[in-house]
Amino acid sequence: MNAARSETVVTNDTTADRRSERELVVTRVFDGPARIVYDAWTKPELLMRWWAPKSFGITFLSCEVDVRPGGTYRFVFGHPESGEPMAFVGRYLEVEPPSRLVWTNEEGENGAVTTLTFEERDGKTHLMLRDLYPSKEALDEAVASGSTNAYPEQFDELDALLKSLQ
Amino acid sequence: MVQFHAEHVDASFAALSDATRRGVLERLAREDASITQLADTFQMTLTGIKKHVSVLEHAGLVVTEKVGRVRTCRLGVSRLEPEAAWIERYRELWAARFDELDKVVKESIQEEKANERSKK
Repeated sequence: MNAARSETVVTNDTTADRRSERELVVTRVFDGPARIVYDAWTKPELLMRWWAPKSFGITFLSCEVDVRPGGTYRFVFGHPESGEPMAFVGRYLEVEPPSRLVWTNEEGENGAVTTLTFEERDGKTHLMLRDLYPSKEALDEAVASGSTNAYPEQFDELDALLKSLQ
Repeated sequence: MVQFHAEHVDASFAALSDATRRGVLERLAREDASITQLADTFQMTLTGIKKHVSVLEHAGLVVTEKVGRVRTCRLGVSRLEPEAAWIERYRELWAARFDELDKVVKESIQEEKANERSKK
């Protein structure tokens, strides 16, 4: 019944669900064609404008992407309380503009493989992001750690430490 | 599959909106019970009580397990709560990013229109 509702009314709501033992799915609709949304995920100058919103309290220092199968990416962030910059790293596995991107998350062990699909309907782009973990245990562990990968784990720990000191 | 957030909360409220179902939860809070026992307690048919239990089960409030020919019902486990909270934070993280991404998409569209106009 909810599926029927979401088909008739397109909203900008972001949904997130644990779809199975080892995968998380996030969806969102954007008011624009797929090629434009795709560009915002693959061009560093655009990525840097949205990946780290101000509310996260971190600064996007650099963004290097080699968007082709086997190409690597490296996002580097600074945290006001940390001297050392932190990085998100991984490799692109599948690159099919403007409909599909698959990449690995290799900053920690047991990282998820992220699949992003862009589906254009009536000028709007239906985005689906799927994080597939190597095992149920890996996803359970991510949940138990409390880290949502908003930024590298070290930052999460640092934030927890700062909160405990307040 | 368990759905979280708005849908999950809706399901919980819908499940709790019925007096029989609230009774079933109170009954199960005291002791686990089979479908047959619940039907007896609430003087309902097996089919009728099964419908109520299935609504409660869908909302995650009750868990059932079939052993042999007996389906036993017990209260849903609350260990789902930390996971639901984590998924909500994960959703908020992406929602915050996507709100910014919205702006980038809008600006790109405007830029494209401006470029097309200047070409003409």
